[in-house]
Amino acid sequence: MTMRLVTRYVPAVLFLAALIVAWDIAVRAFDLQPYLLPGPGRVWHAFLEVRGTLPGHIRTTMTEALLGLGIACVLGAGIAALLAGFAPVRRVVYPLLVVSQNVPMIVMAPLIVVWFGFGIMPKALVVALICFFPIVVSTTDGLLRADRELVDLARSFGASRLQVLRTILVPSAVPSFFAGLQISATYAVLGAVIAEWVGASSGLGLFISRSQTAFRVDRVFVAVAVIAAVSILLFALVHLAARAAMPWQYAHGQNPEESR
Amino acid sequence: MPEPVLNPAIRVDGVSLTFGGATPVHALDDVSLRVEPGQFVSLVGPSGCGKSTLLKLLAGLVLPDAGSASIEGIPVAGRPGSAAFMPQRDLLLPWRRTIANAALGAELAGVSREQARSEARSLLPSFGLEGFERAWPAQLSGGMRQRLALLRTFLVPRDVMLLDEPFGALDAITRREMQQWLQAVWTEHQRSVLLVTHDVDEALVLSDVVFVMSPRPGRIVHRVDVPFARPRSVADTTTAEFASLKSELLDALEAAGRPVRRVEVSERTTRPA
Repeated sequence: MTMRLVTRYVPAVLFLAALIVAWDIAVRAFDLQPYLLPGPGRVWHAFLEVRGTLPGHIRTTMTEALLGLGIACVLGAGIAALLAGFAPVRRVVYPLLVVSQNVPMIVMAPLIVVWFGFGIMPKALVVALICFFPIVVSTTDGLLRADRELVDLARSFGASRLQVLRTILVPSAVPSFFAGLQISATYAVLGAVIAEWVGASSGLGLFISRSQTAFRVDRVFVAVAVIAAVSILLFALVHLAARAAMPWQYAHGQNPEESR
Repeated sequence: MPEPVLNPAIRVDGVSLTFGGATPVHALDDVSLRVEPGQFVSLVGPSGCGKSTLLKLLAGLVLPDAGSASIEGIPVAGRPGSAAFMPQRDLLLPWRRTIANAALGAELAGVSREQARSEARSLLPSFGLEGFERAWPAQLSGGMRQRLALLRTFLVPRDVMLLDEPFGALDAITRREMQQWLQAVWTEHQRSVLLVTHDVDEALVLSDVVFVMSPRPGRIVHRVDVPFARPRSVADTTTAEFASLKSELLDALEAAGRPVRRVEVSERTTRPA
Protein backbone atom coordinates (compact mmCIF):
# COMPACT_ATOMS: atom_id res chain seq x y z
CA MET A 1 0.00 0.00 0.00
CA THR A 2 2.66 2.53 1.01
CA MET A 3 4.78 1.22 -1.85
CA ARG A 4 1.91 1.90 -4.27
CA LEU A 5 1.52 5.44 -2.89
CA VAL A 6 5.23 6.09 -3.35
CA THR A 7 5.34 4.90 -6.94
CA ARG A 8 2.18 6.87 -7.64
CA TYR A 9 3.26 10.27 -6.36
CA VAL A 10 7.07 10.21 -6.71
CA PRO A 11 7.11 11.11 -10.44
CA ALA A 12 4.89 14.17 -9.89
CA VAL A 13 6.98 15.36 -6.94
CA LEU A 14 10.22 14.89 -8.89
CA PHE A 15 8.80 16.85 -11.82
CA LEU A 16 7.76 19.68 -9.50
CA ALA A 17 11.25 19.75 -7.99
CA ALA A 18 12.79 19.92 -11.45
CA LEU A 19 10.54 22.86 -12.34
CA ILE A 20 11.60 24.72 -9.19
CA VAL A 21 15.26 24.12 -9.99
CA ALA A 22 14.76 25.36 -13.57
CA TRP A 23 12.96 28.43 -12.23
CA ASP A 24 15.88 29.17 -9.88
CA ILE A 25 18.43 28.75 -12.69
CA ALA A 26 16.42 31.02 -15.01
CA VAL A 27 16.12 33.81 -12.42
CA ARG A 28 19.88 33.73 -11.77
CA ALA A 29 20.90 33.35 -15.42
CA PHE A 30 18.79 36.29 -16.68
CA ASP A 31 19.35 38.33 -13.52
CA LEU A 32 15.60 39.00 -13.16
CA GLN A 33 14.46 41.73 -10.77
CA PRO A 34 12.44 40.46 -7.74
CA TYR A 35 9.47 42.74 -8.56
CA LEU A 36 9.23 40.98 -11.92
CA LEU A 37 9.99 37.40 -10.98
CA PRO A 38 11.42 36.45 -7.58
CA GLY A 39 13.43 33.24 -7.29
CA PRO A 40 12.28 30.28 -5.20
CA GLY A 41 14.65 31.23 -2.37
CA ARG A 42 13.14 34.67 -2.08
CA VAL A 43 9.60 33.25 -2.12
CA TRP A 44 10.57 30.87 0.69
CA HIS A 45 11.85 33.81 2.75
CA ALA A 46 8.64 35.70 2.09
CA PHE A 47 6.75 32.64 3.33
CA LEU A 48 8.76 32.62 6.57
CA GLU A 49 7.97 36.35 7.02
CA VAL A 50 4.20 35.96 6.70
CA ARG A 51 3.64 32.51 8.18
CA GLY A 52 2.22 34.11 11.33
CA THR A 53 -0.54 35.96 9.52
CA LEU A 54 -1.28 33.36 6.81
CA PRO A 55 -3.37 30.86 8.86
CA GLY A 56 -5.99 33.53 9.58
CA HIS A 57 -6.32 34.32 5.88
CA ILE A 58 -6.44 30.63 4.99
CA ARG A 59 -9.18 30.04 7.56
CA THR A 60 -11.31 32.84 6.13
CA THR A 61 -10.90 31.66 2.55
CA MET A 62 -11.54 28.01 3.44
CA THR A 63 -14.68 28.91 5.37
CA GLU A 64 -16.01 30.83 2.38
CA ALA A 65 -15.07 28.07 -0.04
CA LEU A 66 -16.63 25.28 2.05
CA LEU A 67 -19.77 27.27 2.80
CA GLY A 68 -20.15 28.17 -0.87
CA LEU A 69 -19.54 24.58 -1.94
CA GLY A 70 -22.14 23.39 0.58
CA ILE A 71 -24.71 25.84 -0.80
CA ALA A 72 -23.79 24.74 -4.34
CA CYS A 73 -24.36 21.06 -3.43
CA VAL A 74 -27.81 21.63 -1.95
CA LEU A 75 -28.84 24.06 -4.69
CA GLY A 76 -27.28 21.96 -7.45
CA ALA A 77 -28.84 18.66 -6.37
CA GLY A 78 -32.25 20.32 -5.90
CA ILE A 79 -32.22 22.02 -9.30
CA ALA A 80 -30.96 18.80 -10.92
CA ALA A 81 -33.90 16.88 -9.43
CA LEU A 82 -36.32 19.47 -10.85
CA LEU A 83 -34.65 19.47 -14.27
CA ALA A 84 -34.58 15.68 -14.48
CA GLY A 85 -38.10 15.21 -13.10
CA PHE A 86 -39.92 17.75 -15.22
CA ALA A 87 -39.11 18.00 -18.93
CA PRO A 88 -40.88 21.40 -19.39
CA VAL A 89 -38.79 22.89 -16.57
CA ARG A 90 -35.70 21.46 -18.24
CA ARG A 91 -36.54 23.05 -21.58
CA VAL A 92 -37.09 26.47 -20.01
CA VAL A 93 -34.38 26.58 -17.36
CA TYR A 94 -31.47 24.63 -18.84
CA PRO A 95 -30.61 27.14 -21.62
CA LEU A 96 -30.80 29.98 -19.10
CA LEU A 97 -28.37 28.14 -16.84
CA VAL A 98 -25.92 27.73 -19.71
CA VAL A 99 -26.22 31.42 -20.62
CA SER A 100 -25.72 32.43 -17.00
CA GLN A 101 -22.34 30.70 -17.04
CA ASN A 102 -21.14 33.14 -19.69
CA VAL A 103 -21.46 36.11 -17.34
CA PRO A 104 -17.88 36.63 -16.16
CA MET A 105 -17.61 36.20 -12.40
CA ILE A 106 -15.12 39.07 -12.30
CA VAL A 107 -18.04 41.31 -13.36
CA MET A 108 -20.59 39.69 -11.04
CA ALA A 109 -18.42 39.58 -7.91
CA PRO A 110 -18.32 43.37 -7.26
CA LEU A 111 -22.08 43.59 -7.77
CA ILE A 112 -22.74 40.77 -5.34
CA VAL A 113 -20.49 42.41 -2.76
CA VAL A 114 -22.34 45.69 -3.25
CA TRP A 115 -25.68 43.90 -2.83
CA PHE A 116 -24.78 41.73 0.14
CA GLY A 117 -22.06 43.63 1.98
CA PHE A 118 -18.52 42.84 2.99
CA GLY A 119 -19.05 39.82 5.25
CA ILE A 120 -18.52 36.14 4.52
CA MET A 121 -21.95 35.62 2.89
CA PRO A 122 -21.34 37.42 -0.42
CA LYS A 123 -18.08 35.48 -0.88
CA ALA A 124 -19.79 32.17 -0.19
CA LEU A 125 -22.44 33.24 -2.69
CA VAL A 126 -19.85 33.90 -5.39
CA VAL A 127 -18.33 30.49 -4.69
CA ALA A 128 -21.77 28.88 -4.86
CA LEU A 129 -22.56 30.59 -8.18
CA ILE A 130 -19.33 29.30 -9.68
CA CYS A 131 -19.65 25.81 -8.22
CA PHE A 132 -23.28 24.89 -8.68
CA PHE A 133 -23.21 24.62 -12.48
CA PRO A 134 -20.98 21.54 -12.84
CA ILE A 135 -22.99 19.86 -10.08
CA VAL A 136 -26.32 20.62 -11.78
CA VAL A 137 -25.18 19.46 -15.22
CA SER A 138 -23.56 16.30 -13.99
CA THR A 139 -26.31 15.31 -11.52
CA THR A 140 -29.09 15.98 -14.04
CA ASP A 141 -27.27 13.77 -16.50
CA GLY A 142 -26.88 11.04 -13.87
CA LEU A 143 -30.59 11.15 -13.01
CA LEU A 144 -31.65 11.08 -16.67
CA ARG A 145 -29.32 8.25 -17.56
CA ALA A 146 -30.45 5.91 -14.78
CA ASP A 147 -31.04 2.42 -16.19
CA ARG A 148 -34.61 2.31 -17.56
CA GLU A 149 -34.79 -1.40 -16.83
CA LEU A 150 -33.99 -0.81 -13.15
CA VAL A 151 -36.84 1.69 -13.04
CA ASP A 152 -39.15 -0.85 -14.74
CA LEU A 153 -38.06 -3.53 -12.27
CA ALA A 154 -38.93 -1.30 -9.32
CA ARG A 155 -42.29 -0.44 -10.92
CA SER A 156 -43.03 -4.13 -11.52
CA PHE A 157 -42.79 -4.64 -7.74
CA GLY A 158 -45.41 -1.92 -7.30
CA ALA A 159 -43.09 0.98 -6.40
CA SER A 160 -44.54 4.50 -6.32
CA ARG A 161 -42.89 7.43 -8.14
CA LEU A 162 -41.31 8.57 -4.89
CA GLN A 163 -40.02 5.06 -4.15
CA VAL A 164 -38.51 4.84 -7.65
CA LEU A 165 -36.79 8.18 -7.03
CA ARG A 166 -35.45 7.10 -3.66
CA THR A 167 -34.41 3.52 -4.39
CA ILE A 168 -33.27 3.79 -8.04
CA LEU A 169 -32.78 7.30 -9.39
CA VAL A 170 -31.00 9.03 -6.52
CA PRO A 171 -28.45 6.24 -5.90
CA SER A 172 -27.88 5.99 -9.68
CA ALA A 173 -26.97 9.69 -9.78
CA VAL A 174 -24.57 9.65 -6.82
CA PRO A 175 -21.44 8.93 -8.92
CA SER A 176 -22.36 11.73 -11.36
CA PHE A 177 -23.02 14.11 -8.47
CA PHE A 178 -19.53 13.48 -7.12
CA ALA A 179 -17.98 13.84 -10.58
CA GLY A 180 -19.52 17.31 -10.74
CA LEU A 181 -18.55 18.09 -7.16
CA GLN A 182 -14.91 17.25 -7.89
CA ILE A 183 -14.82 19.81 -10.70
CA SER A 184 -16.57 22.36 -8.48
CA ALA A 185 -14.17 21.78 -5.60
CA THR A 186 -11.23 22.83 -7.77
CA TYR A 187 -12.99 26.14 -8.52
CA ALA A 188 -14.20 26.83 -5.00
CA VAL A 189 -11.00 28.33 -3.53
CA LEU A 190 -10.42 30.36 -6.67
CA GLY A 191 -13.96 31.72 -6.43
CA ALA A 192 -13.45 32.79 -2.83
CA VAL A 193 -10.18 34.54 -3.73
CA ILE A 194 -11.83 36.47 -6.57
CA ALA A 195 -14.64 37.57 -4.27
CA GLU A 196 -12.17 38.71 -1.61
CA TRP A 197 -10.26 40.70 -4.18
CA VAL A 198 -13.24 43.01 -4.51
CA GLY A 199 -13.39 43.86 -0.85
CA ALA A 200 -12.65 41.95 2.31
CA SER A 201 -11.13 42.36 5.74
CA SER A 202 -9.39 38.97 5.70
CA GLY A 203 -8.59 36.14 3.29
CA LEU A 204 -6.04 35.08 0.70
CA GLY A 205 -7.56 37.37 -1.95
CA LEU A 206 -7.05 40.36 0.31
CA PHE A 207 -3.52 39.17 1.06
CA ILE A 208 -2.73 39.02 -2.68
CA SER A 209 -4.15 42.45 -3.50
CA ARG A 210 -2.25 44.01 -0.59
CA SER A 211 0.98 42.31 -1.65
CA GLN A 212 0.50 43.51 -5.20
CA THR A 213 0.01 47.15 -4.25
CA ALA A 214 3.22 46.84 -2.23
CA PHE A 215 5.06 45.27 -5.22
CA ARG A 216 5.76 42.20 -3.11
CA VAL A 217 5.58 39.71 -5.96
CA ASP A 218 7.31 37.16 -3.74
CA ARG A 219 4.34 37.26 -1.34
CA VAL A 220 1.93 36.89 -4.26
CA PHE A 221 3.79 33.71 -5.15
CA VAL A 222 3.47 32.49 -1.57
CA ALA A 223 -0.27 33.06 -1.79
CA VAL A 224 -0.47 31.20 -5.10
CA ALA A 225 1.34 28.22 -3.62
CA VAL A 226 -0.97 28.25 -0.60
CA ILE A 227 -4.06 28.43 -2.81
CA ALA A 228 -2.80 25.45 -4.80
CA ALA A 229 -2.15 23.47 -1.62
CA VAL A 230 -5.56 24.34 -0.16
CA SER A 231 -7.30 23.40 -3.43
CA ILE A 232 -5.58 20.03 -3.47
CA LEU A 233 -6.67 19.51 0.13
CA LEU A 234 -10.28 20.32 -0.77
CA PHE A 235 -10.12 18.01 -3.78
CA ALA A 236 -8.81 15.20 -1.57
CA LEU A 237 -11.61 15.90 0.91
CA VAL A 238 -14.24 15.51 -1.80
CA HIS A 239 -12.55 12.33 -2.93
CA LEU A 240 -12.78 10.93 0.61
CA ALA A 241 -16.43 11.92 0.80
CA ALA A 242 -17.06 10.13 -2.51
CA ARG A 243 -15.39 7.00 -1.16
CA ALA A 244 -17.53 7.11 1.95
CA ALA A 245 -20.72 7.64 -0.05
CA MET A 246 -20.02 4.96 -2.68
CA PRO A 247 -18.32 2.05 -0.90
CA TRP A 248 -19.39 -0.33 -3.68
CA GLN A 249 -17.25 1.51 -6.19
CA TYR A 250 -14.13 0.93 -4.16
CA ALA A 251 -14.70 -2.63 -2.96
CA HIS A 252 -12.18 -4.89 -4.61
CA GLY A 253 -11.83 -8.52 -5.54
CA GLN A 254 -13.14 -11.60 -3.78
CA ASN A 255 -15.22 -12.69 -6.72
CA PRO A 256 -15.47 -16.35 -5.77
CA GLU A 257 -15.89 -18.26 -9.02
CA GLU A 258 -14.67 -16.06 -11.82
CA SER A 259 -12.98 -12.75 -12.42
CA ARG A 260 -14.90 -10.08 -14.22
CA MET B 1 -54.61 -30.53 -10.95
CA PRO B 2 -56.59 -27.97 -8.90
CA GLU B 3 -60.32 -27.47 -9.34
CA PRO B 4 -61.22 -25.03 -12.16
CA VAL B 5 -63.34 -22.92 -9.78
CA LEU B 6 -60.12 -21.20 -8.79
CA ASN B 7 -59.07 -18.24 -10.86
CA PRO B 8 -56.19 -19.24 -13.11
CA ALA B 9 -52.85 -17.90 -11.89
CA ILE B 10 -52.32 -16.29 -15.27
CA ARG B 11 -54.86 -15.74 -17.98
CA VAL B 12 -54.09 -14.13 -21.32
CA ASP B 13 -56.98 -13.65 -23.77
CA GLY B 14 -56.43 -12.59 -27.38
CA VAL B 15 -53.65 -10.15 -26.60
CA SER B 16 -52.18 -8.17 -29.51
CA LEU B 17 -49.54 -5.49 -29.27
CA THR B 18 -47.72 -3.29 -31.76
CA PHE B 19 -44.94 -0.95 -30.74
CA GLY B 20 -45.25 2.38 -32.52
CA GLY B 21 -42.41 4.49 -33.83
CA ALA B 22 -40.77 5.04 -37.21
CA THR B 23 -40.92 1.32 -37.98
CA PRO B 24 -43.82 -0.20 -36.04
CA VAL B 25 -43.08 -3.63 -34.60
CA HIS B 26 -45.93 -6.10 -34.41
CA ALA B 27 -44.83 -7.95 -31.28
CA LEU B 28 -47.83 -10.05 -30.22
CA ASP B 29 -50.72 -11.33 -32.30
CA ASP B 30 -53.84 -12.78 -30.64
CA VAL B 31 -51.97 -14.57 -27.86
CA SER B 32 -54.01 -16.64 -25.39
CA LEU B 33 -52.77 -18.91 -22.61
CA ARG B 34 -53.54 -20.01 -19.07
CA VAL B 35 -51.38 -21.00 -16.16
CA GLU B 36 -53.16 -22.85 -13.38
CA PRO B 37 -52.24 -22.23 -9.75
CA GLY B 38 -49.08 -24.09 -8.80
CA GLN B 39 -48.23 -24.91 -12.41
CA PHE B 40 -44.84 -24.47 -14.01
CA VAL B 41 -45.37 -23.31 -17.59
CA SER B 42 -42.74 -22.44 -20.16
CA LEU B 43 -42.91 -20.32 -23.27
CA VAL B 44 -40.32 -21.19 -25.91
CA GLY B 45 -39.67 -19.33 -29.10
CA PRO B 46 -36.92 -17.77 -31.17
CA SER B 47 -35.25 -14.57 -30.05
CA GLY B 48 -37.30 -11.48 -30.65
CA CYS B 49 -40.63 -13.33 -30.93
CA GLY B 50 -42.29 -11.23 -28.25
CA LYS B 51 -41.87 -13.63 -25.31
CA SER B 52 -40.28 -10.96 -23.15
CA THR B 53 -42.94 -8.47 -24.21
CA LEU B 54 -45.64 -10.84 -22.98
CA LEU B 55 -43.94 -11.05 -19.58
CA LYS B 56 -43.58 -7.27 -19.37
CA LEU B 57 -47.26 -7.02 -20.18
CA LEU B 58 -48.10 -9.42 -17.35
CA ALA B 59 -45.80 -7.41 -15.07
CA GLY B 60 -47.99 -4.39 -15.87
CA LEU B 61 -45.19 -2.49 -17.62
CA VAL B 62 -46.69 -2.35 -21.12
CA LEU B 63 -50.31 -2.14 -22.26
CA PRO B 64 -51.93 -4.40 -24.88
CA ASP B 65 -53.62 -2.90 -27.97
CA ALA B 66 -56.28 -5.59 -27.86
CA GLY B 67 -57.29 -8.44 -25.59
CA SER B 68 -56.88 -8.74 -21.85
CA ALA B 69 -54.54 -10.28 -19.32
CA SER B 70 -55.11 -11.00 -15.67
CA ILE B 71 -53.24 -12.47 -12.75
CA GLU B 72 -55.31 -14.37 -10.21
CA GLY B 73 -58.42 -12.85 -11.76
CA ILE B 74 -57.26 -9.23 -11.53
CA PRO B 75 -56.51 -7.34 -14.79
CA VAL B 76 -52.88 -6.29 -15.05
CA ALA B 77 -53.15 -3.50 -17.65
CA GLY B 78 -51.37 -0.47 -16.19
CA ARG B 79 -51.35 -2.05 -12.74
CA PRO B 80 -47.85 -3.27 -11.94
CA GLY B 81 -47.21 -5.21 -8.76
CA SER B 82 -49.43 -8.31 -9.16
CA ALA B 83 -46.61 -10.75 -9.90
CA ALA B 84 -42.98 -11.31 -9.01
CA PHE B 85 -41.12 -10.36 -12.19
CA MET B 86 -37.56 -11.37 -13.02
CA PRO B 87 -36.21 -9.70 -16.15
CA GLN B 88 -33.46 -11.12 -18.36
CA ARG B 89 -30.65 -9.09 -16.88
CA ASP B 90 -30.09 -9.72 -13.19
CA LEU B 91 -30.52 -5.97 -12.55
CA LEU B 92 -28.99 -6.05 -9.09
CA LEU B 93 -28.50 -2.59 -7.62
CA PRO B 94 -24.72 -2.03 -7.53
CA TRP B 95 -25.07 0.09 -4.39
CA ARG B 96 -26.85 -2.56 -2.34
CA ARG B 97 -25.19 -5.51 -0.65
CA THR B 98 -26.55 -9.05 -1.03
CA ILE B 99 -29.17 -8.87 1.72
CA ALA B 100 -30.46 -5.45 0.69
CA ASN B 101 -30.64 -6.51 -2.97
CA ALA B 102 -32.52 -9.66 -2.07
CA ALA B 103 -35.02 -7.65 -0.02
CA LEU B 104 -35.60 -4.95 -2.67
CA GLY B 105 -38.66 -6.48 -4.32
CA ALA B 106 -40.34 -7.39 -1.05
CA GLU B 107 -39.68 -3.93 0.39
CA LEU B 108 -41.18 -2.23 -2.66
CA ALA B 109 -44.13 -4.63 -2.56
CA GLY B 110 -44.94 -3.40 0.95
CA VAL B 111 -43.13 -5.81 3.29
CA SER B 112 -41.41 -4.02 6.15
CA ARG B 113 -37.68 -3.54 5.76
CA GLU B 114 -36.81 -5.60 8.83
CA GLN B 115 -39.05 -8.49 7.85
CA ALA B 116 -37.89 -8.51 4.23
CA ARG B 117 -34.25 -8.55 5.26
CA SER B 118 -34.66 -11.22 7.90
CA GLU B 119 -36.51 -13.44 5.41
CA ALA B 120 -33.74 -12.82 2.90
CA ARG B 121 -31.15 -13.78 5.48
CA SER B 122 -32.93 -17.02 6.34
CA LEU B 123 -33.17 -18.05 2.66
CA LEU B 124 -29.54 -17.28 1.77
CA PRO B 125 -28.32 -20.85 2.37
CA SER B 126 -30.92 -22.47 0.12
CA PHE B 127 -29.99 -19.99 -2.63
CA GLY B 128 -26.31 -20.82 -2.27
CA LEU B 129 -25.37 -17.37 -1.04
CA GLU B 130 -24.40 -18.10 2.54
CA GLY B 131 -21.32 -16.16 3.60
CA PHE B 132 -21.88 -13.45 0.98
CA GLU B 133 -24.32 -11.32 3.01
CA ARG B 134 -22.00 -8.32 2.89
CA ALA B 135 -20.78 -8.69 -0.71
CA TRP B 136 -21.51 -6.11 -3.39
CA PRO B 137 -23.03 -7.46 -6.64
CA ALA B 138 -19.76 -6.77 -8.48
CA GLN B 139 -18.04 -9.22 -6.15
CA LEU B 140 -20.39 -12.10 -7.04
CA SER B 141 -20.00 -14.60 -9.86
CA GLY B 142 -22.51 -14.80 -12.71
CA GLY B 143 -24.28 -17.80 -11.18
CA MET B 144 -24.49 -16.15 -7.76
CA ARG B 145 -25.85 -12.94 -9.24
CA GLN B 146 -28.54 -14.93 -11.01
CA ARG B 147 -29.44 -16.82 -7.83
CA LEU B 148 -29.60 -13.53 -5.96
CA ALA B 149 -31.95 -12.13 -8.60
CA LEU B 150 -34.08 -15.26 -8.19
CA LEU B 151 -34.06 -14.88 -4.41
CA ARG B 152 -35.21 -11.27 -4.84
CA THR B 153 -38.07 -12.57 -7.03
CA PHE B 154 -38.94 -15.31 -4.53
CA LEU B 155 -39.16 -12.88 -1.63
CA VAL B 156 -41.80 -10.78 -3.36
CA PRO B 157 -45.02 -11.86 -1.61
CA ARG B 158 -46.85 -12.87 -4.79
CA ASP B 159 -47.97 -16.33 -5.82
CA VAL B 160 -47.16 -15.83 -9.51
CA MET B 161 -43.60 -15.62 -10.79
CA LEU B 162 -42.64 -14.36 -14.25
CA LEU B 163 -39.13 -15.48 -15.18
CA ASP B 164 -37.51 -14.12 -18.34
CA GLU B 165 -34.63 -16.38 -19.43
CA PRO B 166 -33.23 -16.51 -15.91
CA PHE B 167 -30.25 -18.64 -16.99
CA GLY B 168 -29.65 -17.27 -20.48
CA ALA B 169 -26.36 -15.62 -19.58
CA LEU B 170 -24.83 -18.66 -17.90
CA ASP B 171 -22.55 -21.31 -19.33
CA ALA B 172 -24.09 -24.70 -20.08
CA ILE B 173 -22.84 -26.44 -16.93
CA THR B 174 -23.87 -23.68 -14.52
CA ARG B 175 -27.18 -23.43 -16.32
CA ARG B 176 -27.89 -27.11 -15.81
CA GLU B 177 -27.02 -26.83 -12.12
CA MET B 178 -29.32 -23.84 -11.78
CA GLN B 179 -32.19 -25.67 -13.48
CA GLN B 180 -31.89 -28.58 -11.06
CA TRP B 181 -31.76 -26.18 -8.21
CA LEU B 182 -34.75 -24.12 -9.44
CA GLN B 183 -36.75 -27.32 -9.77
CA ALA B 184 -35.97 -28.21 -6.15
CA VAL B 185 -36.85 -24.74 -4.88
CA TRP B 186 -40.07 -24.68 -6.89
CA THR B 187 -41.11 -28.12 -5.62
CA GLU B 188 -40.61 -26.87 -2.09
CA HIS B 189 -42.40 -23.52 -2.45
CA GLN B 190 -45.10 -24.37 -5.06
CA ARG B 191 -45.62 -21.06 -6.80
CA SER B 192 -47.15 -20.59 -10.24
CA VAL B 193 -44.40 -19.92 -12.74
CA LEU B 194 -44.36 -18.64 -16.30
CA LEU B 195 -40.83 -19.12 -17.65
CA VAL B 196 -39.64 -17.65 -20.93
CA THR B 197 -36.76 -19.42 -22.62
CA HIS B 198 -35.35 -20.29 -26.01
CA ASP B 199 -33.86 -23.50 -24.64
CA VAL B 200 -36.13 -26.47 -25.41
CA ASP B 201 -34.28 -28.78 -22.98
CA GLU B 202 -34.70 -26.27 -20.18
CA ALA B 203 -38.43 -25.98 -20.87
CA LEU B 204 -38.91 -29.78 -20.89
CA VAL B 205 -36.93 -30.39 -17.70
CA LEU B 206 -38.73 -27.73 -15.69
CA SER B 207 -42.30 -27.48 -16.98
CA ASP B 208 -45.72 -29.05 -16.67
CA VAL B 209 -46.78 -27.36 -19.90
CA VAL B 210 -44.72 -25.89 -22.74
CA PHE B 211 -46.13 -23.34 -25.20
CA VAL B 212 -44.35 -22.69 -28.50
CA MET B 213 -44.36 -19.18 -29.88
CA SER B 214 -43.81 -18.20 -33.52
CA PRO B 215 -41.38 -15.54 -34.71
CA ARG B 216 -42.68 -11.98 -34.71
CA PRO B 217 -45.56 -11.30 -34.60
CA GLY B 218 -45.61 -13.76 -31.70
CA ARG B 219 -48.46 -16.27 -31.70
CA ILE B 220 -48.95 -19.44 -29.66
CA VAL B 221 -48.59 -22.20 -32.26
CA HIS B 222 -48.24 -25.36 -30.19
CA ARG B 223 -48.78 -26.80 -26.73
CA VAL B 224 -47.05 -29.77 -25.14
CA ASP B 225 -47.98 -31.34 -21.80
CA VAL B 226 -44.91 -32.79 -20.14
CA PRO B 227 -45.75 -36.06 -18.42
CA PHE B 228 -42.41 -36.92 -16.73
CA ALA B 229 -42.45 -37.53 -12.99
CA ARG B 230 -40.60 -35.18 -10.70
CA PRO B 231 -37.94 -34.66 -9.62
CA ARG B 232 -36.43 -34.81 -13.10
CA SER B 233 -32.73 -35.30 -13.51
CA VAL B 234 -30.19 -34.97 -16.27
CA ALA B 235 -30.66 -38.69 -16.90
CA ASP B 236 -34.27 -38.05 -17.93
CA THR B 237 -33.10 -35.87 -20.80
CA THR B 238 -31.58 -38.89 -22.53
CA THR B 239 -34.75 -41.04 -22.61
CA ALA B 240 -36.63 -41.79 -25.80
CA GLU B 241 -39.79 -40.01 -24.59
CA PHE B 242 -37.80 -36.89 -23.85
CA ALA B 243 -36.20 -37.02 -27.29
CA SER B 244 -39.57 -37.40 -29.01
CA LEU B 245 -41.11 -34.48 -27.09
CA LYS B 246 -38.04 -32.44 -27.86
CA SER B 247 -38.28 -33.11 -31.57
CA GLU B 248 -42.02 -32.35 -31.45
CA LEU B 249 -41.19 -28.94 -29.96
CA LEU B 250 -38.37 -28.29 -32.42
CA ASP B 251 -40.62 -29.27 -35.33
CA ALA B 252 -43.28 -26.88 -34.06
CA LEU B 253 -40.70 -24.12 -33.80
CA GLU B 254 -39.46 -24.84 -37.29
CA ALA B 255 -42.96 -25.05 -38.76
CA ALA B 256 -43.79 -21.72 -37.14
CA GLY B 257 -41.34 -19.96 -39.42
CA ARG B 258 -37.69 -19.47 -38.99
CA PRO B 259 -35.31 -22.41 -38.67
CA VAL B 260 -34.12 -22.87 -35.14
CA ARG B 261 -30.55 -23.58 -34.19
CA ARG B 262 -30.42 -26.94 -32.50
CA VAL B 263 -27.21 -26.22 -30.65
CA GLU B 264 -27.24 -24.31 -27.43
CA VAL B 265 -26.29 -20.78 -28.26
CA SER B 266 -26.55 -17.76 -26.03
CA GLU B 267 -28.78 -15.34 -27.87
CA ARG B 268 -28.63 -12.59 -25.34
CA THR B 269 -26.46 -10.21 -27.30
CA THR B 270 -29.42 -7.97 -28.08
CA ARG B 271 -31.92 -6.50 -25.67
CA PRO B 272 -35.55 -7.60 -25.94
CA ALA B 273 -37.93 -5.46 -27.97
